[in-house]
Amino acid sequence: MIDLNGVSKSYSKGQPALDNVSLHVERGEFVFIVGNSGSGKSTLIKLLLKELEPTKGTITVNGQRLDKLKHRKVAKYRRGLGVVFQDFRLLKDRNVYENVAFAQRVIERPTRVIKKRVPEMLTLVGLAEKYKSRPDQLSGGEQQRVALARALVNRPSLLLADEPTGNLDPKNSFEIMKLLEEINERGTTVLVVTHNREIVNAFKKRVITMKKGVIISDEQEGAYQDEN
Amino acid sequence: MRISTIAYIFKQGFKNIWRNIRFSLASIATMAACIFLFGLFLALVMNFRYMVHSAEEGVAVVVYFDEGAKQEQIDDIGAKIRKMTEVDHADYISADQAWEEFRDDYLGGDENLAEGFRDQDNPLANSASYQVYLKNVEDQDKVVAEIEKMDGVRDVSQSQSAAKTLSTFNKLIGYVSLAIVFILLAVAFFLISNTITMGISVRQEEIGIMKLIGATDFFVRAPFVIEGIILGTIGAAIPLGVLYGLYNQVIKYVMTKFHLLTGFLQFLDAWHVFRILIPVGVGLGIGIGFIGSMISVRKHLRV
Repeated sequence: MIDLNGVSKSYSKGQPALDNVSLHVERGEFVFIVGNSGSGKSTLIKLLLKELEPTKGTITVNGQRLDKLKHRKVAKYRRGLGVVFQDFRLLKDRNVYENVAFAQRVIERPTRVIKKRVPEMLTLVGLAEKYKSRPDQLSGGEQQRVALARALVNRPSLLLADEPTGNLDPKNSFEIMKLLEEINERGTTVLVVTHNREIVNAFKKRVITMKKGVIISDEQEGAYQDEN
Repeated sequence: MRISTIAYIFKQGFKNIWRNIRFSLASIATMAACIFLFGLFLALVMNFRYMVHSAEEGVAVVVYFDEGAKQEQIDDIGAKIRKMTEVDHADYISADQAWEEFRDDYLGGDENLAEGFRDQDNPLANSASYQVYLKNVEDQDKVVAEIEKMDGVRDVSQSQSAAKTLSTFNKLIGYVSLAIVFILLAVAFFLISNTITMGISVRQEEIGIMKLIGATDFFVRAPFVIEGIILGTIGAAIPLGVLYGLYNQVIKYVMTKFHLLTGFLQFLDAWHVFRILIPVGVGLGIGIGFIGSMISVRKHLRV
């Protein structure tokens, strides 16, 4: 599903954000990427989204070499991914329904399909009742659920979550993670970048630990490690 | 592309205007002010040119013939004059017509004065002439020189100063109007694209989100472009409507309050001005809205 081959990324002179990272993630896996800030985990997500280009090395996602992808093909590539951010990144002037429907509009789904799919997704994340609310009328946990519904509505094969529980209390964090696990069980590969120790330890998934741009451990059913 | 997508893009374009109503109003106001000034100036220039052109049409070169010139020779001169490309038209005034005109103009109504000439021969017997009207007064010198060379021509009289003044004035209006139109357009474009850029930079985050979800550049840009076109159309329609109303009112006012001037001032009717001003103004509004939004969104698309 994901292959990183000797990937480095430098923003300027000095310590690179990623330093010769190689990584393989199988289809259907659930992977935590952990590390302190500055460890390179968010850079990794940006590279996978093709928001950034690596300075060295190659990245392959779903059999597609990202360096070979032309600008006009990037949109199509991103449609195969679901993305969730720490700050939710919802369209503030649109309601819950419109935010989720937007992801379907982008891939030109017919309106009748959108009318069916969006309520399904909102039910899955437990927000069917609040479809008319605007993001600022929702709690952080609810906003992240909307973001999750939006990420999933196009049935992506890979879900990237960048600190999805970073702005949430423990209860909401746990619920969001349960949802991600459920989605993974339905066949979607899930990659979660986090520094939430409790969550990582509770879910017993593959854990990749990064420090200063380098992978220092990669364990199946691992736990959060103190990399210091 | 699906019809539902096109409908969605249009709907979003309209919704964007409401969502950012302050920015929309600022854009419309800027556009309206620029197009109003542009329209006002264009209407003034068009009327000036029309007045100058009307004055030009009244300037004629008068050609007199040698004494005893035969009618055939006179007809031949007339044919040659009419063949000249610079000539608009030439009217033949016979000696009798010249006398009648003179009598009407200067002795008109005074039977006693006219009486003195009654039994005599036409005092203007040798005053048959052609009144030659030119397409362009600037060509007067050239035409006069050519006519003077013709056999049977005694004298060519011209109003040198009138022709010179008019052609200089016409040229001046041409240059000044070109310069002012250019400056107005540049100012309008700068102000409007600045306003649009401001409005779009507020939505930079929104554009970024759209791109990360997998929206194509076209999908992100299209509602902004629709928005720009709508704002441009409204921003052009308002000043054009106001100008239309004003134009008719001002002409009516000048004609009634200063009717002594009506002999000198000839205004174009509204239709003549607005059949040019409307397409130019609307084209300008739509064009600036379209180009402005295309350029402004482009900056934010590289995500």
